[in-house]
Amino acid sequence: MNKNIIALIGAVALLSACETASQKVVTGSAASSSSGSASASTSSSVDKSKSLFAQAKQTASDKLIAIGDRVLFDYDSAKLDSSAKIMLDAQSRFLRANTDMNFIVEGHCDERGTREYNLALGEQRATAVRDYLVINGIDPDRIKVISYGKEKPAVVGSNGMAWSKNRRAVTIID
Amino acid sequence: MRNYLNSSFFKVLIFFYSFLISNSFADDVRIKINSGQVEPLPIAIADFTGGEGKANEIGRQIAEVISNNLVGSGQFKAVESAAFIAPPTSPSVRPNFTDWTPLGIKALITGSVKNINEQQVEVEFRLWDVIAETDLIGLRLSVNEKSWRRVAHIISDEIFERLSGDSGYFDTRIVYVAESGAQNKRLKRLAIMDQDGENHQYLTDGSFLVLTPRFSPTTQEITYLAYFKNEPRVYIFNLETGEQELLGSFPGMTFAPRFSPQGDKIIMSLAEKGVTDIYTMNLNNQEVVRLTNSPSIDTSPSFSPDGKKIIFNSDRGGSQQIYIMDASGKNIKRISYGQGRYATPVWAPKGKLIAFTKMFKNTFYIGVMSPDGSGERLLAKGYLVEGPTWAPNGRVLMYFKQDAPIDDGKSSSVNLYKIDITGFRETRVITPSDGSDPAWSPLIPN
Repeated sequence: MNKNIIALIGAVALLSACETASQKVVTGSAASSSSGSASASTSSSVDKSKSLFAQAKQTASDKLIAIGDRVLFDYDSAKLDSSAKIMLDAQSRFLRANTDMNFIVEGHCDERGTREYNLALGEQRATAVRDYLVINGIDPDRIKVISYGKEKPAVVGSNGMAWSKNRRAVTIID
Repeated sequence: MRNYLNSSFFKVLIFFYSFLISNSFADDVRIKINSGQVEPLPIAIADFTGGEGKANEIGRQIAEVISNNLVGSGQFKAVESAAFIAPPTSPSVRPNFTDWTPLGIKALITGSVKNINEQQVEVEFRLWDVIAETDLIGLRLSVNEKSWRRVAHIISDEIFERLSGDSGYFDTRIVYVAESGAQNKRLKRLAIMDQDGENHQYLTDGSFLVLTPRFSPTTQEITYLAYFKNEPRVYIFNLETGEQELLGSFPGMTFAPRFSPQGDKIIMSLAEKGVTDIYTMNLNNQEVVRLTNSPSIDTSPSFSPDGKKIIFNSDRGGSQQIYIMDASGKNIKRISYGQGRYATPVWAPKGKLIAFTKMFKNTFYIGVMSPDGSGERLLAKGYLVEGPTWAPNGRVLMYFKQDAPIDDGKSSSVNLYKIDITGFRETRVITPSDGSDPAWSPLIPN
């Protein structure tokens, strides 16, 4: 045995398992829950009014989809073309007719880009729609934007048809 | 909750001693593999001998993990133990080198495991240079037997460093995004594992979308993007407490976060009103500094290891390219001038290279270049390859990859891969489900 081997002494314990994280939001509020969730107490009338609200939202949502809830974009572009503008003119009329509702514009990209760049591009697309609606007289406070980048494709598929349908901005009722 | 990665939890003092030979002689006999050697170096890793029962089993497992690490690096080839003429009996016994030279073996690793008490074992190993007929390094350590796997990684790092001249990267972890479910209803969860895929754990439950986790260089923290309550913002996840904290209060989406080299700042993008610029936030005093101010997309920022420069992705010139600027945001210069579009630049820990994603003619590539844009080398390609992350020694890259769809209606699975930047041996990193956005940890502090 070679005495020159220097010993290493260590007390080692097994790394413990870490359970799924607890959620703790410390600063600010990333989470101003502005959706129409009634401050639920107990009675069934609350449930009823909730479901009436949900029904009205569903009806309006169906109407918005019938009018056209989305516009499509060219590859790596956030520019509204003339057909997108015609669609948004119709959306504007709907938004003006439903002043009791707020809206979210979701920006999306196809899968042929990198994740972080696409998050920015999706935000540009959603903002392009929002800006157009605001020019058409919609109160900017009624429209929020959110980008999902390439995270939520409308059409699953790795082909040109799917990509063209995924490069979109979709207006939904908040 | 118990601590997960608390460094004081794992107190190890390591002393190394290179014996029998002087240092200058050691340099002469060192086997160099870092100069583009194509053939992996043949080595033999004997099972660590263990007397009876449990120690014997631990010895066998330690040898197996060391072998998987070294062979997995692409730099070594392990000769089957069945070919051994006379398996070594103890690391303290000088092997009969003539038993090993006929097998073409250049280096031999021997070791032993002994029970000290109920929980503690003593692990010893020695690395032998078969050609020079001498030992290169030895190490003996006492550990809780349950930590045998980490011991195997520490030993692997010592062997790798001694034989390659580069520091090791085996005693490290990977944080990544575990994916499951249909592409249009994808469930994404933060997950963490050892670099070889062991000790896999989920950190979030999938109730909100998470993307792009990155390790702190100094603390047991991860920064990442979470769509918590559907507001995409940068968060910090503390691995010791399991808590996540919203970073600052910004009017728009914050994303693409990375720590500064000193770990005292987060650099990230803020998207607001259709404009994405780069900001830093000081974690000590919450000070926010805006670094870019252009109507274009400026994202994916990454500091140089000395903290003086920042590389980032921008479309300010019309297409997605890589730019460099001072840490102050001044002196912005484009550095990518090859064909196609460039993205996700990330500076190597040793500063000599940057890794990137490139898109050209419907194919994605992972490559490296100098920070001045010269010397581009492409290492991997695919239908989609994206998001390289450096091993702490700056020698291995991990990224994610999706193959071309087999039939047109469906997407292929997404998996993690790693590759040595000499361009050899792309290997898949096995995860329980699909995986993306990997980030390599620094070496775990002892």
